[in-house]
Amino acid sequence: MPRYFTRDHEWIEVDGAAARVGITHYAQSQLGDITFVEVPAVGAVLVRGDSASVIDSVKAASDVYAPVGGTVTAINPALEEAPDLVNSAPEGDGWLWDMDLADPTELDDLLDAQAYADLVAAL
Amino acid sequence: MNDINTAGWRPSLGTIDGAALPDTVTGNRALDLQEPLLFEIGHADRSGVDFDDVEPDVLPTLPRRAARVDLPGLSEPECVRHYTRLSRQNYAIDLGLFPLGSCTMKHNPRLNEKVARMPGFAAVHPLQPQSSVRGALTVIAELADWLVRLTGMAAVAMSPKAGAHGELCGLMAIHAALDARGEGDTRRVILVPESAHGTNPATAAFAGFAVAGIPAGPDGRIDLAALLARLGSDVAGVMITNPNTCGLFERDIKTIADAVHAAGGYVYCDGANFNAIVGRVRPGDLGIDAMHINLHKTFSTPHGGGGPGSGPVVLSAALADYAPRPHVVGDETGVRLVEAAADLPQAFGRMCAFHGQMGMFTRALAYILTHGADGLRQVSDDAVLNANYVLASLRDVLDAPFAGSGPCMHEALFSDHGFAEGFSTLDLAKGLIDEGFHPMTVYFPLVVHGAMLIEPTETESRAALDQFLGAMRSLAVRARAGDPALRAAPRHAPRRRLDETLAARKPRLVWRG
Amino acid sequence: MRMLPLGAADRAAMLATIGAQAIDDLFVDVPAEAVLHGPIPGLPLHASERAVERHMAALSAQNLTAEQAPFFCGAGAYRHHIPASVDHLIQRGEFLTAYTPYQPEIAQGTLQVLFEFQTQVARLFGCDVANASLYDGSTACWEAIAMATRVTRRNRAVLSGGLHPHYAETAATMARFAGDDLCMLPTRAEADSDDAAVIAAIDGQTAAVVVQYPDVMGRIPDLAAIAAAAHAQGALLIAVVTEPVALGLIESPGALGADVVVGEGQALGVGLQFGGPYLGLFACSEKFLRQMPGRLCGETVDADGKRGFVLTLSTREQHIRREKATSNICTNSGLCALAFSIHLSLLGGSGLERMASISHSRAVATARALGAVAGVSVINHTWFNEFALRLPRPAADVVEALAARGILGGVPLSRLCPDRADLADVLLIAATECTDMHDIAALAAALGEVLA
Repeated sequence: MPRYFTRDHEWIEVDGAAARVGITHYAQSQLGDITFVEVPAVGAVLVRGDSASVIDSVKAASDVYAPVGGTVTAINPALEEAPDLVNSAPEGDGWLWDMDLADPTELDDLLDAQAYADLVAAL
Repeated sequence: MNDINTAGWRPSLGTIDGAALPDTVTGNRALDLQEPLLFEIGHADRSGVDFDDVEPDVLPTLPRRAARVDLPGLSEPECVRHYTRLSRQNYAIDLGLFPLGSCTMKHNPRLNEKVARMPGFAAVHPLQPQSSVRGALTVIAELADWLVRLTGMAAVAMSPKAGAHGELCGLMAIHAALDARGEGDTRRVILVPESAHGTNPATAAFAGFAVAGIPAGPDGRIDLAALLARLGSDVAGVMITNPNTCGLFERDIKTIADAVHAAGGYVYCDGANFNAIVGRVRPGDLGIDAMHINLHKTFSTPHGGGGPGSGPVVLSAALADYAPRPHVVGDETGVRLVEAAADLPQAFGRMCAFHGQMGMFTRALAYILTHGADGLRQVSDDAVLNANYVLASLRDVLDAPFAGSGPCMHEALFSDHGFAEGFSTLDLAKGLIDEGFHPMTVYFPLVVHGAMLIEPTETESRAALDQFLGAMRSLAVRARAGDPALRAAPRHAPRRRLDETLAARKPRLVWRG
Repeated sequence: MRMLPLGAADRAAMLATIGAQAIDDLFVDVPAEAVLHGPIPGLPLHASERAVERHMAALSAQNLTAEQAPFFCGAGAYRHHIPASVDHLIQRGEFLTAYTPYQPEIAQGTLQVLFEFQTQVARLFGCDVANASLYDGSTACWEAIAMATRVTRRNRAVLSGGLHPHYAETAATMARFAGDDLCMLPTRAEADSDDAAVIAAIDGQTAAVVVQYPDVMGRIPDLAAIAAAAHAQGALLIAVVTEPVALGLIESPGALGADVVVGEGQALGVGLQFGGPYLGLFACSEKFLRQMPGRLCGETVDADGKRGFVLTLSTREQHIRREKATSNICTNSGLCALAFSIHLSLLGGSGLERMASISHSRAVATARALGAVAGVSVINHTWFNEFALRLPRPAADVVEALAARGILGGVPLSRLCPDRADLADVLLIAATECTDMHDIAALAAALGEVLA
């Protein structure tokens, strides 16, 4: 399944009209120890660029933006008890939410893995 | 791990990582005394208060609670010992230099405490008939007069309870003035410099505004061109801290104020740093429309381990009528409290119950009268002198990013540039604890990497400063050289570094046994 | 000047180190036209400690104090006896002159006190958790409403007519700028609280219902019934306690279904102080933990595994969240929280019950004595330590006449509701364990004279 990235360090993995969203390994490394993840409500309608989630570390709170527009269909239930999953497996078990895409053409503006790797390498 | 050792009053002996245990049964080390929680030593049926011997007469209609509130009590000797032992685990101004930038930890005169406890101030009710509290109202009026004259403004709102509350008051006055002009719905944006205290944008949001950031220039001051370019018909005003959070005076303040006024906006000044200029510069002469004054910073009321503060707001003629209820008015007919909305038709509302932080007003007035107009001027002179002495004495061992931007005001800013790999501002700060000092403000302002903001205040002697500077120079050298022992600091405090991640992941805010 | 340690020789040597000729060189960045070249004209110069003390003592002497006069004022601020050890302990320099405990290794004293305080407040209010305090009861009340709007994502609040009018005005001021919609029920001088009107005003858009308990006239609303009605509409019940001593006798609001309990802690340890500084109390259900305003102290361990305390969940706060913070508050009322906590530690549950019982008994005796004065009637069906009287004349005039006789005889309701002519004849009377039978007799006699 294709995976895309944003310049704000979110990833989105697309399966037809559905997708899963999280933050990248680079993003978690910048945040430090994550203490709490506020996820969007199931059913919430997101517009691309909305602040959809907030990730707290000890000394910072960081917004996670919706990479594309759509409706939230599920959230990662494990994060309530184990927010550190976002540290240990940001691109796997530490995913944030699932959504249905409103407009798949919005994916065209995102980065592919290579472009994102180049972006991080330049930071 | 947290079980109490009833044989030895040992609340929490550690075993993690095989760390060395104290070599005593009790866990105490001479004057270093451990203290359990109140809930571990108190008893539900014990009390340290004796009451008159009367038979209670309870109305049969009163709905009684099912069971007594579950709260432990202590006898008086147990209570005095519990809190005295706890107090000894605190650092305080009374113990030593407390160089927290932006917080102004100056000496707290004990006359202040004596005056605040005079019965005519401490034992009067806020809603007594005005005829019975003329002296208390006069204290408010006298302090208000001083604040207005020291700032060169038109009026002052006395009721805000802290600096951030004062910010809200000032911005709500601006909002009300815009509403009166019919522009409350169109002027929605407050400009806030990136170096501002975090309260500024939070306050603007709570007062119903949107926030737009203004970048800092390379010299640590507001980027004037960026600010001027952002002005327009949607801008309600700006919030500026002056002297700013980098410890620098905003040279362009008059230009900024004139431009903001010409564009139809108002100028709010965060007065947290007024102590640098009191008696030397009046904000009213700089074009400020509103500014809160932290009585607990500039005017020496105690910080009390985190409040209470007090944040009166001085207002220009343009905003004076919108000040909140109530007002103390002093004129030839005497002093009186005006409370009714009908008597203050333009007041934007009420900030809190009653008339403000009277216990802080008495203390601040005692401080002001002690110093007088000449002494307050000397206060800002010495505060600025001490800060520049710190800056000059550490520049060769610590990076001072804005040292080329002119003299600092009451505080000196350094960064962690030049520290060895893996060593941070935090390490140096914790090293200061072992040397017997409270650390400076760290990681603020955000515009400087690894910021260290040092505010010595005017109540430190040259000898005290020299001792502090000696410690700082030693720590700076160790941080640059990468002394691994520094990363284990503090070793001599009542506790070593605490696990803040654990505290935030699994919050335990109350004792559950 | 005794506060300034630097001498002329120090200043000269330090200027030399800095490389400046004169102190004025350090103020070169101030615009020239704004520089003052001497002390501000018209203001006094410095004064001796003795002179300042005399000036302040003279002002103090112009006030009639609760220690001199038979005293019956309440309405949100109560006079209880403060044990001598409370004031002694809060004046220890390590508490008085410490800062916010941002460096926990050298602030465990303040932090442990805050942890104990939070536990005491949570238990007193019958809630899961409490914060480290807010400015006062009125601002805590608004913060609770703001939290309810965040939690429910609704923006309407119903305020009972029994809510202290200053609290209601404070909330209305904030709501005006925050864009929230307040349904403010009128203050009513009736025997019972306005529970039915409150319940009728709750709708599906309501974020919170705000009910004072006991209310501003001393009546005791049926919180359980209001909680049930609020919860049925998805709204939160915010209970406001301005006299925490009442909870020594009546049930804690959290046990009756309140989701958030806020209050004024002044009655314990803090004193009257002409209205401030006071102590905002804030407690709630654990599920709102991360939406709470204000500072929170939490338990953790240090690098040696020893128990210790830190300020925690600071990512809610303004220095990190900036314009998205849960509140703009960046302080608490630390020293007042310490005084409250010490007083409550001395009392314990048994002492609090005893103090509440005596306060209530003295209020009962006061009501009997005053209700027997010709033309005077007690409005309340029941009360804790405060009740309302209906007088045959405007209460404000009566209170002035009593003050002229050296008696502080309560608070006219018109002081809180100046625009309500229909409430002009209502007088609020409070009693505590400090009220003795001589005070009661003196008030009853004087009231009879004034009304004769």
